[in-house]
Amino acid sequence: MSSLRRIGAVTGKEFRQLSRDRVTFAMVVMIPLMQLLLFGYAISTMVRHIPVAVVDNSGSGAARFITEQVRVTQVVDVVGYYATAEEAEDAIVDGTVRAALILPENLAQRVAGGEPVGQWLVDGSDTMVSSALLGLRTMPLHLEAGTPAGAYQAATPTFEVALFFNPERRSEVNIVPGLTAIILTMTLVLFTAVALVRERERGNLELLITTPIHPLELMVGKLVPYIFVGLVQVTIILGLGHLIFNVPFQGEIASLCAVTLPFIAASLALGLLFSTLADTQMQAMQMTFFVLMPSILLSGFMFPFDAMPLPAQYIAEVLPATHYMRLIRGVVLRGADAAQLLPDILWLLGFTVVMLAVATKRFRKSLD
Amino acid sequence: MTEIAIHAKNLSRHFGDVTAVESVDLDIPAGQIYGFLGPNGSGKTTIIRMLCGLLTPSSGEVRVLGLEVPAQAEALRRKIGYMTQKFSLYDDLTVVENMQFMASIHGLAGRDAKARIDGLLDRYALRDMRNRFASAMSGGQRQRLALAVATLHSPTLLFLDEPTSAVDPENRRDFWEKLFDLSDAGTTILVSTHYMDEAERCHQLAILQTGHLRNQGAPQALLAALQDRVVAITGGNLRRVKEEALRLPQVQSAAQQGMHLRVLLRSGTADATGYLRKHLSDSTLTLAHAAASLEDVFVASTTGGDRA
Repeated sequence: MSSLRRIGAVTGKEFRQLSRDRVTFAMVVMIPLMQLLLFGYAISTMVRHIPVAVVDNSGSGAARFITEQVRVTQVVDVVGYYATAEEAEDAIVDGTVRAALILPENLAQRVAGGEPVGQWLVDGSDTMVSSALLGLRTMPLHLEAGTPAGAYQAATPTFEVALFFNPERRSEVNIVPGLTAIILTMTLVLFTAVALVRERERGNLELLITTPIHPLELMVGKLVPYIFVGLVQVTIILGLGHLIFNVPFQGEIASLCAVTLPFIAASLALGLLFSTLADTQMQAMQMTFFVLMPSILLSGFMFPFDAMPLPAQYIAEVLPATHYMRLIRGVVLRGADAAQLLPDILWLLGFTVVMLAVATKRFRKSLD
Repeated sequence: MTEIAIHAKNLSRHFGDVTAVESVDLDIPAGQIYGFLGPNGSGKTTIIRMLCGLLTPSSGEVRVLGLEVPAQAEALRRKIGYMTQKFSLYDDLTVVENMQFMASIHGLAGRDAKARIDGLLDRYALRDMRNRFASAMSGGQRQRLALAVATLHSPTLLFLDEPTSAVDPENRRDFWEKLFDLSDAGTTILVSTHYMDEAERCHQLAILQTGHLRNQGAPQALLAALQDRVVAITGGNLRRVKEEALRLPQVQSAAQQGMHLRVLLRSGTADATGYLRKHLSDSTLTLAHAAASLEDVFVASTTGGDRA
């Protein structure tokens, strides 16, 4: 009986402490809530609304008719029309569209001859996206009121498909560059958040703030080493990815640096902001967790960004990892030039400036 | 008239409903060692933090070295050294690395920094352990390092918050020797403590209790003010005598110390021994005047009208 009483005493004490630790208590509620919403939103095996372009070289009514039928499948959204296949390829490289439908000049002849009516140029780096587009290859097509649906279901496919960048459709090719975004988010945000909180916990900060050091000097000084940490990590991931998993590297080293440095800066600035919000290292870790989870699920790392519902996309757009995911895949897999990816780079730089400004404002040289 | 290093008027600080410091006035002359004596929670640390601009006062005005605080705190930071209550250097840096880091923060560089660190290594007997990690040092050694770092940039004013709380008596004496050296060289030192023997070494003393300034002055003057008010009683049942004495209106406090009972009488008691002889029932007791100690000063200042 006395054993029961002792167990009861420990249980009672545990409940009491749990209810007083607000952050842990919040996590008890927040984790299931967040996971449910994130997974529920993000996981979608039906990939729809992939942004594509159309290049119509025939200028015929049949072309418009075909385009319309492709559109109503809802697998793709036609977001642009280009005059030449080269322009469409550029749009694929810079990430504006994931695929382009090329309808040739001799469209009418091909239709008459029962040949494939056009060609899809597909960014094959994301296997889920390329699978969905490959599904269009044999889609039924009816061309005139008289022609029965399914005329194109026979031996010949409706479209030809050319997979760019990842013709074997290996998932590592897409995963490895994306992993840099996840690992950098995890380590850099956490390191910086913990590094400053640790100084406060150990009392170092009380001494430092009685010296002439400016808050910005202190913060920049603390961040610089982690820039190198980030660069080392990117080198390891992409280097080993190339050696072990044979992940191609299509881009330029200069472009890689140009997209990676802003992301490192954004992650560090976010960590810095957390360090001004957290009182203990434990809290800093918990805050990092709240960014890491959506970064893994919503950034496009696990599930195609285009397939997610709009609310999830809005949340994802706030996360630095989402922007870096586009940048690093663009440079590494599609050989994009940093200049072609400017909007995402500018967004990361803006994010950095805002976070730094808030963090510096919050970090005052006083103990009030 | 000596120069005033620290001037505070009507200084108060509240944390929510809690009053940490209430209407404190200070005028601390330059070049002296000025002590804050008080128990934990008496507001020593809070006052020091307000004086160096780390905390904003709820009300009152502060002038340190001629600068308005907290408005001109940035300018003040170049002139002051601060030694926190808790060791606040880096455990995972060595003695020399800690000193070099703080030297750079204070803008000392190159040959100047090297010479300064060299001198401090010798002065604070740290040369033999210059490559030791701070985490591997004893309490006394850490305090020496902390003091060396606090004086790196040759500040004219030093704030030391309970610098010797983790130090044994031997090292404490050493530490105070260093403080007197600094004082002789013209540095003003504000030191907080809850040790009576340390308080007695200060040139001037402020006695603090629950955020109020209860008394201030030179230790000798404070002691002199209690002359003829302390009586040592021996013989008889001292516990019973203590109870009886505490019921007398003129007795402010009574505390047993080994074979003695020390009784402190209120100011204005004309003949202390005569008064006790007359009112205590046991006529076999031996009563004698005793020299006042700083503890008596503390008790006399902090018990006010209430019995201890």
